[in-house]
Amino acid sequence: MKPATATAEPRWLRWVLTAAALGFLAINLALPLAAVFIEGFRKGIAAYAAAIAEPDAISALKLTLIVAAIAVPLNIIIGLSASWAIAKFDFRFKPFLVTLIDLPFSVSPVVAGLIYVLLFGMQGWLGPWLQANDIQILFAVPGLVLATIFVTFPFVARELIPLMQEQGRDEEEAALSLGASGLSTFWHVTLPNIRWGLLYGVLLCNARAMGEFGAVSVVSGHIRGKTNTLPLHIEILYNEYNFAAAFAVASLLAGLALVTLLLKSLLEWRYAGQLAGRGH
Amino acid sequence: MRRIAIVIAAVAALTAPWLMPATALAATVSILNVSYDPTRELYKDINAAFAHDWKLKTGDDVVINQSHGGSGKQARSVIDGLQADVVTLALGQDIDEISTRAKLLPAEWQARLPQNSTPYYSTIVFLVRKGNPRNIRDWDDLARPGIKVITPNPKTGGGARWNFLAAWGYGQKKYGSPAAAQDYVKRVFANVPILDSGARGATVNFAERGLGDVLITWENEALLTAQELGADRFEIVRPSVSIRTEPAVAIVDKVVEKRGTRAVADAYLRFLYTPEGQEIVARKGYRPRDPAIAAKYADRFPNMQLFEIDRNFGGWAKAQAIFFSDGGVFDQIYEGGG
Repeated sequence: MKPATATAEPRWLRWVLTAAALGFLAINLALPLAAVFIEGFRKGIAAYAAAIAEPDAISALKLTLIVAAIAVPLNIIIGLSASWAIAKFDFRFKPFLVTLIDLPFSVSPVVAGLIYVLLFGMQGWLGPWLQANDIQILFAVPGLVLATIFVTFPFVARELIPLMQEQGRDEEEAALSLGASGLSTFWHVTLPNIRWGLLYGVLLCNARAMGEFGAVSVVSGHIRGKTNTLPLHIEILYNEYNFAAAFAVASLLAGLALVTLLLKSLLEWRYAGQLAGRGH
Repeated sequence: MRRIAIVIAAVAALTAPWLMPATALAATVSILNVSYDPTRELYKDINAAFAHDWKLKTGDDVVINQSHGGSGKQARSVIDGLQADVVTLALGQDIDEISTRAKLLPAEWQARLPQNSTPYYSTIVFLVRKGNPRNIRDWDDLARPGIKVITPNPKTGGGARWNFLAAWGYGQKKYGSPAAAQDYVKRVFANVPILDSGARGATVNFAERGLGDVLITWENEALLTAQELGADRFEIVRPSVSIRTEPAVAIVDKVVEKRGTRAVADAYLRFLYTPEGQEIVARKGYRPRDPAIAAKYADRFPNMQLFEIDRNFGGWAKAQAIFFSDGGVFDQIYEGGG
């Protein structure tokens, strides 16, 4: 008798499936990623460094990091409270709230951008008032942050809701019945339980916040050195026939994403024992 | 938990110096020029020359910020509140839209600067591959069976509307009636494999991705493409007749009044008409208005017979309604995406 395996499929089928999956990944992920780096370095390391050190590129990089640095923490807070509310409490409009959280996933980013144009544009609902009070939201950093928050909103909440629901509220109730305050229950019971899910959500959220193009493009105004994020800057370089520079900056953006993933793997490896215990 | 907090603190400490705003340095005056796509190279040089000139005349530093995009989209952004001190767009109609929809500048803006507020002009030409392998000489060749024509979508790109009207003008001149012109243009667009949404996208498709036999494009864009991507790869073909394309410039009154930048914005636009400005215009592939500069660059810009939007098409408002409105001529000939 053969040793028991998880599946009963013949060996050739398993090989075919594995090859198909790996082949797909190679063609659709590894190859394009490699192409970005190869194209970026096509004109040599000096040209690569020049493209990255160019003032407009530096300002785009800064802006991208600023936007992510504001949008991601805000999404952590909002995502945590939303999933906390949904997983630990019962209330009437819960399904409605869950649907609302999913909205940014189903709405096209362009529409997300246009929502803010309708709200804050000079012809929009709040535009005239903002104009009168000299507040610039659209075509400035606040607009970019708002659009990014909208697009990346579900990442944290979507990671946490199933996790928290699965864990139930027994531990929290135990802590409370033993006299812990609400805050310390959250800090010592809930947060340790969800930290891996939270971290994963934050990393995804961050990657998307830095890479978002559509919504940001609508509200940016494309002012060079002012309101161009890295993805917008890449498009500009490409349209200027600056192909090597476009790919150099693209590789920088890809590099940021890779660092994010590396960070995640590193943490997973470092805390492998705890992870195994948690099953997540 | 604490370890994670330490990691986060370390990341924050490393990134903090990057997040400091870079703009807090100089108290110089700045203006924003909202322009369309193919003027990037032109305004890069104009801005440097004007800043130098302004510094000499007034002692002040001026920074000109640039925003580029499709002309119609840029006009829309200004209408929605993009704080442009000046707009330099592909056609006067886009500036008319800013005037009528957002009342940011008076309706008679075009009378405020010489030459109807158009300091430079261009025309529509063909870009073909080196040696002209498909032997494309004039507009009729674009309607030949089997020729692949690259041109952007006139519904979405301001520049592309000029392409369409140039073809139409030829059709009408050669074949007499509007019906015959429509038939001719329909045959041209039957040869268009993909309609890109913007002019630069179409150029990249033709030049970089190698699609199509001929690109219908502005002369300045053709000159720049040949220059940037290799004169050994492309050739410019000037048809027997074409259209005069007139990008327009204007001060956005409401913005300059609020920001107190009228003097510098006005000087900036007038700089375009000076010999120095016109020289840059010519070098960057646009046809200069100044007769002396035009004579100097006569080799680069051969004389051509040109239609005019006002004289031959009754102005932009009318052309827009007839050709590019929903259900208009373009929709009729390009039903079902060709």
